[in-house]
Parts: sequence; C-alpha cells; structure tokens
Amino acid sequence: MTDVVLPLLIAVPILAAVLPLLLSLKTTETGWYVAAATCLVEAGLAAVLVRAVYADGRLSHYVGDYAPPHGIELVGDGLSAPVVGLIAVVALGVVAYAYTAGPRRNSFYSAYLLLVGGLMGVSVTGDLFNMFVFLEITGLATYALVAADRSGESAVAALKYLILGTTGASLFLIGVGYAFIATGTLNMVDLSRQLAGAGGGAALYSSRVVLASFGFIVVGLGLKAAVFPLHTWQPDAYTYSPDTVTAFISALASTVAAYAIGRVVLTVYTLSFFEAAPLARAAVLAFASVSVLAGSALAVVQTEIKRMLAYSSVSQFGLVIAGFALATPDAVLGAVVHLVGHGLMKGGLFAATAILAARHGARTVDDYARLGYRSPVVAGVVGVLGVALVGVPPSIGFLGKWYIAVGAVRAEAWPVAVVVFLSTMLTLAYVARLLERLYFAPPEAASSAPSGADAVADGGEAPDSRAPEAVSAGMVAVVVLAALVVVALGFSTGVFETFLDPVLGGVFQ
Amino acid sequence: MIEVLATRWAYATFVVVMVAGLYMMIANANLVKKVIGLNLFQSAIFLFFIASAYVDGAKPAIVSPDGGGGPYVSPLPHVIVLTAIVVGVSLTAVALALIVRIHEEYGTVDESVLREVSDD
Repeated sequence: MTDVVLPLLIAVPILAAVLPLLLSLKTTETGWYVAAATCLVEAGLAAVLVRAVYADGRLSHYVGDYAPPHGIELVGDGLSAPVVGLIAVVALGVVAYAYTAGPRRNSFYSAYLLLVGGLMGVSVTGDLFNMFVFLEITGLATYALVAADRSGESAVAALKYLILGTTGASLFLIGVGYAFIATGTLNMVDLSRQLAGAGGGAALYSSRVVLASFGFIVVGLGLKAAVFPLHTWQPDAYTYSPDTVTAFISALASTVAAYAIGRVVLTVYTLSFFEAAPLARAAVLAFASVSVLAGSALAVVQTEIKRMLAYSSVSQFGLVIAGFALATPDAVLGAVVHLVGHGLMKGGLFAATAILAARHGARTVDDYARLGYRSPVVAGVVGVLGVALVGVPPSIGFLGKWYIAVGAVRAEAWPVAVVVFLSTMLTLAYVARLLERLYFAPPEAASSAPSGADAVADGGEAPDSRAPEAVSAGMVAVVVLAALVVVALGFSTGVFETFLDPVLGGVFQ
Repeated sequence: MIEVLATRWAYATFVVVMVAGLYMMIANANLVKKVIGLNLFQSAIFLFFIASAYVDGAKPAIVSPDGGGGPYVSPLPHVIVLTAIVVGVSLTAVALALIVRIHEEYGTVDESVLREVSDD
C-alpha cells in the first residue's frame, strides 16, 4: 500500500496551495502555517517513500488504475527517491527560514506549495508528457516567486526567465512529440523498450527522428537546468528574487531539471542509444564540460555574491550532466550525490549570505571584509559550505566530485577528468576570495567598507531597500543545520550505493 | 521537394510557424510582441502534434460498444494538446501580468528603452 505515497506527494501540496488564497478572504499572514504543516506532511511522505525504496527497490503507482503503457505511471526508485528526499528537506528548511525572513503574504505561500507539488511531480513521474506538465507547473510557480518582492528588476528577471523557460519546455515538448511519433508511447519504460526494438523490429536508435528527439529533449532540459550557453536567465533570476526564494529555487528548480536529464538519458534512451550514436554522448559531454569551465570562469569575475553563486551553479550542473552522460556506474552515482549535495550546499549558501545581507547589508565580495569576526557563526557556515562546494573532504561536495572523476577516469574520458580537476581549481578561486575577505581582510578595509557601501548607495540605488532586517535564531539554526548535514553526508556513500544499486544494476547489466 | 511539401504540408507549416514565433521572440523589442511570438511558437507545436495524429479517412476515436468500425484517429495527441493549451494560457497570463508590473514600474514595454532606464 506504500505506493499510494506517490500520488499523495504531488496531490497534497497542490491541494494545500488553494488554502492560503481561501484564507486570505478572512485573514492575512496565515499562509505560513499552512505551508509549514504541508511541508511537514511532505517530509513524512518522503520519509515513507525513501524507506520503502531503500527496503524494496522500485515502487510504482498506476493513476486511476489504468496500467501503462496506456495509463499514467508514477515511479519511486533509487534515482528519484534521493531527489524527493532533497525536495522535502529543503522545502521544510526554507519554510522554517521564511518565518522571519518573509515574505509573509498568503499568495506567496500558495505559489510556494504549487512549486513543491510541481517539483515532486517531475521527480516521481514515469511518463514523458507528464514530465512536461510538471516542469511547467514548476516553471509557473517559479516565475511568480521570482517576482514576489514586486520590484521592477525582479519582474524583468521573471519575464526573461519565463520566456526562456517556456522556450526550453516547448523544445522538450517537441522532443517528446518526436519520440512519440517514433514509438507510439509516452511511458518511459515502454519507450525504452520500443526504442530497443521490442516489437520485433530493429532498434530505432539510429533513426533520425529519435536522434532529433534526443537533441530537442536535452537542449530543452538544458535550458531549464541553466547549462552554458543556455544559462542567461539564471543569474538575473537568482540575483533579483527575494532571498528566501533564491535559497529555494537555487536548491531545487535547476536540480530537478538536471534530474530530468539524468532520468531521460538513463531510463528512456539508455546506454545502448549512446553506443549506437556515440556522437550524441560526445555532444552532451562537450556541452557539459564547456558549461563547467565557462560557469566557473564567469563566477570568478563576479563581485556580487548572489551573482557569483548563480554562475557557480552553471558550472556545478555541468558536472552533474557530465556524470549522467558518462553513464558509468561510478559517474551516475557521483551525479546523483552531487545533485543532492549541490542542492543542500547552494540552498544553505544562499540562505547564509542572505542572513549576512540582512545583518550587515553585505551584498558584494568587498562588503564581506572581516565579517568572520562580526558574525562568526553565519560566516563559519559560509566558509564550511564554500569549502564543501570546492570539494574538500569530508563533505558531500567531495563525494560527488570524486565519483564523477573516478567515473571519467574509468571510462577513459580524459578531457572530462581534466575538466573536473580544473573546475575544482576554479571553484577554489572564487571561494578562497570570499574566505580571504571574511577572515583575512586587513582591518582598515573593514572600516572603509561601509563608506564604500554608501558610495554605491549614492550611485542611485535606494539605500533603505537593503537596510538591516530582523534575523532570528531560527534562521541561523537552519543554515547551521545545512552545514552540519553537508559535512555529515560526506560519510554517506554506502547509503547512496544501496539506493542506486538496483537502478544501476538495471541500467548496466 | 515539391512532393514533400504537397504531402507533408502540415509539418512544413509547423516548421514555418515555429521559426516565425522564435524569430519574433528574439528580434522584437516589444515585450508584448515577444509573448505573442512565444504563443505562436507553442501553437506550432500543437499543430505538429495534431498533424501527427491525422489518419487519412479515419473517424474520431468514439468506439461503438460492439467495437470495430475503424480506422480511428489517435486520441492521445489531442488530449496532450488540450493539456498543453491550458499550460500555454496560464503562461501567457503570468507573462502579461509581469508585463503590466514592468509597465507600472518603468513606463515602457520596449526592451531597449527598459535596458537604458534600468541601467541608470
């Protein structure tokens, strides 16, 4: 009976999303309680799912009792369970964080819950068209959330995100259409069978329609995951959205798109497709490698913290996609670990930098001068998470990179191995700059920083819009917890291996 | 070439409309026109799905109780397009709402003017 968990994971937040809007007829600022309660329920459901997958392997639910390939299938397996767990944990953490950080409006929490539902949907669906619908639900909620603080800049960023995000999803839909025309089915497992030639015919891997569908799907999802050069919407969206929203979407929105790429590559097209069309794999690997290098290089030259972390995401998702495209057991394990790890690290980092911004108005690297002594705990969290992002053990950041690197070496994909190494160096370049400012900036730099900030304020930005705000102990506790989890998960290889073993066993017989 | 156009004209239209939509999205500075381009792009994809479901001389997929009587048109792409249209309408609504916000804030819906205004 545990398979009922799958539809509930999607239905609960989407239904609950109506409540805050209804409540706002009577009261304001009650949305938070609805969101918190729903996220608790989601966390419980996710725990049940993760436990069931850990114990029994694949779970599946047929919506309305119509069996696939004609019905819609929801799937929980070793690949989706860690992502579902990540979504539940981050959603709960960000809700806790939002209690003081705001926004407090009811409508905000409606969009928030819709986003949780959409993300869960993308993670557990076993049907390509449903994946498109859930991606669009995720997208719609994200566009609304990015513009949630009602400033002009965030509206422009949200519109840019909307146009590019919709284009990406539409390209994905064309790819799905091509795959549907080639095989006549939309269920992922059935699709992979048809592609392999289950109907008695020859394998369809080298058919032009299938190759085109693969191209459209990867480019479409690549746009959603913000892979270079399709990332242009992402730095603006992260920079101009409210801090709470940045922490949430940086941890989850692109993560889920990257998960979708992994899901499509491994479940639908499978390794045999890559063997039949080596050029497709080479193209995806090149795409991912360029993303890693370009993202890191762009991050190094940024001065604004949020923008720097946004470009850093471009490079980290390149790594994840490289892991999926290498498609060896080690690399896929690394990709999933890095996907989960990056979500936790980036979410934590954005939340921690938001606290520093709220306390000290620090939004650029220079503003961070000697903050390590003024806010030791939060600055410590930034340090720990930053170092984890570089890939220093023991942390989940190290685990993910290590397995992707091992996978690249074992697959003898030397360029990718070099790229992983270079990305570590480049990540160190921008994280070290941050750490140097936090702890080793000369004292006079710290005293001149406020005047520097004033000069910027005189330059035309409204000074009071970034004035110090309330920071509660709860907000600090959330980021400290994130740092602890990131370090603790550095010892979790065994757990991830058990999860992925059935998946990997199925993919790599 | 002529033969392909004569027999696959629906697919050819799909490509033309899609590219027109994409071009409009990229080349037009007016934000509202960008959104119209986006709609055109999506509509092209709907056309593509519908064209793929067309079977010459087939009936709508309303099967009589005793079965038989085919061939029928594949109903699945139609259902998909119906869902995709709903998604498209919601997206357009959000996009237009954002454009109203931008117009309130900057007093323009022209991208190039917007860039100048927001740089100051």
